[in-house]
Amino acid sequence: METGFTFTNTLAAILTIGIISFLWRDNPLYKVCEALFVGVSAGYWFVSLWYQNLLPQLFDNLGISQLFSSGSAEDGALQVLFKQGRFDDRLFYLVAGLLGLMMLMRLIPNLGWISRWPLGFIIGTTSGLYFTTYFQSNAMAQLKSTVLPFTTVGNIVMVVGTICGLVYFYFSKEHKGALGGAAKIGTWFLMITFGASFGYTVMSRMSLLIGRFDFLFSTWLGLVK
Amino acid sequence: MFDKLLKIDRRIIFIFVALALIVPMFLTITQHISVSPEVQIIYDTLKGLQPGSKVLMAFDYDPPSAPELQPMAVAILKYCFKNNLKVYIIGLWPQGPMQANMAIDNVISDPTFKDNPPIYDKDYVNLGFMSGNELVIQGMGSSFLHTFPRDYLGKPTHQLEMMKGVNNFSNIDFIVNLSAGYPGTVEWVLFAVDRFHAKLAAGNTAVQAPQVYPYVHAGQLSGLAGGLKGAAELEKLVGFYGKGTKFMLSQSFAHMIVIVFIIVGNAAYFITRKK
Amino acid sequence: MRREIPLIITAIVGFTYIIQFFVPHWPFNILEGLLTSWMLIIFAFAIWLGALNLLKVSLDKISKRSRDWPYAIITIAGFLMIAIPGFLFSGGRRFQDPGTAFDYIYQNVYSPLSSTMFAMLAFYVASASYRAFRARTKEATLLLLAAFFVMLGRVPIGDVLSSFLPEGFRMSQMADWIMNYPQTAGQRAIMIGIALGIVSTSLRLILGIERSHLGGE
Repeated sequence: METGFTFTNTLAAILTIGIISFLWRDNPLYKVCEALFVGVSAGYWFVSLWYQNLLPQLFDNLGISQLFSSGSAEDGALQVLFKQGRFDDRLFYLVAGLLGLMMLMRLIPNLGWISRWPLGFIIGTTSGLYFTTYFQSNAMAQLKSTVLPFTTVGNIVMVVGTICGLVYFYFSKEHKGALGGAAKIGTWFLMITFGASFGYTVMSRMSLLIGRFDFLFSTWLGLVK
Repeated sequence: MFDKLLKIDRRIIFIFVALALIVPMFLTITQHISVSPEVQIIYDTLKGLQPGSKVLMAFDYDPPSAPELQPMAVAILKYCFKNNLKVYIIGLWPQGPMQANMAIDNVISDPTFKDNPPIYDKDYVNLGFMSGNELVIQGMGSSFLHTFPRDYLGKPTHQLEMMKGVNNFSNIDFIVNLSAGYPGTVEWVLFAVDRFHAKLAAGNTAVQAPQVYPYVHAGQLSGLAGGLKGAAELEKLVGFYGKGTKFMLSQSFAHMIVIVFIIVGNAAYFITRKK
Repeated sequence: MRREIPLIITAIVGFTYIIQFFVPHWPFNILEGLLTSWMLIIFAFAIWLGALNLLKVSLDKISKRSRDWPYAIITIAGFLMIAIPGFLFSGGRRFQDPGTAFDYIYQNVYSPLSSTMFAMLAFYVASASYRAFRARTKEATLLLLAAFFVMLGRVPIGDVLSSFLPEGFRMSQMADWIMNYPQTAGQRAIMIGIALGIVSTSLRLILGIERSHLGGE
């Protein structure tokens, strides 16, 4: 990245300062930068998805992009069907394309219900995947690695903490007596967890701000070497 | 006085925060970076790979997370290229492959690699981004070529030299995931590790890192570098110092100022409450 | 039928993926591969839907002269500012190459804006720590102490301040121990609880018991 008071660096610096100006108070420069950010983000995803997903996965496989350019030397499913007269299983991508177009029907108020078909598809896929993978990785594997011998302080802390933490989340019975005691210990472990998460969150947010200040003072103004 | 402290304008707090981060940038104080066990595991695993081994790097982050993750990416790439490890780059976030390009540019501009810069399709390939989140990982478990039919340059992936013989995760020796959220490390563990038995290490933003510690303990992750400190530790281990180490002084001051704020805020609160 | 067919689709697709996990042979492996490749495309259209909806909402704002409507013009201008160069002036499939118009806008407009938006949170975290973080109860005090140890242990200054302590008890080592044991135990409990919740919700969705995602008639 070039350093110094160049046009590109100054442009980026103005946008950076525009966002930071919100800390003083809400102002038109901040609102312009915010609106610009929203628009540019949406446009970025729009272009990226076209070239990196839709074009190679859908239009190349179907053979539609080959009809418009000689960019791809490979025959798509339509070329195989019409030139060679045989069925190519890439023709099934037509279903994906159709479902994708149905998704876009959500933009039209009277036809919005059509988007429920691809939505059902998405929900079914993610539910089916998560049903097995989350159980395997986040439940079974974690429970298995909690079965530890009480040979070190760390192991004792791990077993007691996990069990008591799980007991805390068991709300089917009132937290009284032994259950209440275990839930109390679970609360302490969860407080340590949240405290550690807070500490790491501070670390993360400060790192992001250090990056921006580095750009302003080192890359743009050249005050820091 | 303590009443006034409690009602202080938050813009004064902002100024203190800014000063705590900016002033250390002008200081040159060398700090000792201690290496945590989970970062050491990443380095030891990389060190155990033979020249020519295949390393898949998943860039699952965007520019906001770059201050934490970009130094990790640069450190790992430099180590891989120096030790002749072949790097396969993908992204579950669209910005990821672009961040990877910036990291490669950083490597190429390093004098260490001036005589032997990394060459595309010999030392590394960038397969680009694919939408689908965890389904991309699921698809890669069957076929990399079907999931990424073209690389980020638009070239058909089956025409790439480095993709010859690389069909799925069984042909990859090590995966390094740099992740800022969803999709990210959790999805890589759920699918690549537990379904396809890949070996995975992660570099996470500090926000996400605490959530993946259970995976390290369970052996599902072969190492974890969390936040800017993790980046500094990796830089120390691989021997290529960069922004991760440079920013640690500002990070130290930032943490101190937050701790001071919490102590002062609580002191003022309890003193005014006693009155 | 507007709600029944999507529910049937959800059930068929969901069960296919579940069965494929246990029976990774024909025909389930073929079906799973097919469905996965379709999903990659449908996901792309879903994100396109979001982008196009943003344009629609912005245009509505402008046409109705709603509050802050001039900023909706900026939003659309931002979208076109990257979309037009991205599609027309960036070398087609090589749109991400360094030096293209798309790459220029990514590096000098998108990147600084998005980075700074998130970096602002640092100020709010510090402000919230000062004004709201109170050790009123034993549990809150425990949370604060854990945060102190981790914050100090994760920066070199923590080891400097605790250099008088024996090896193994310095700030960085204590922070490592906290992260690897009590913190992991708590995270594990949360993780297992969430996993069980996801399993039950997934089953409810596949069986059609949960239908709120389909909306009204």
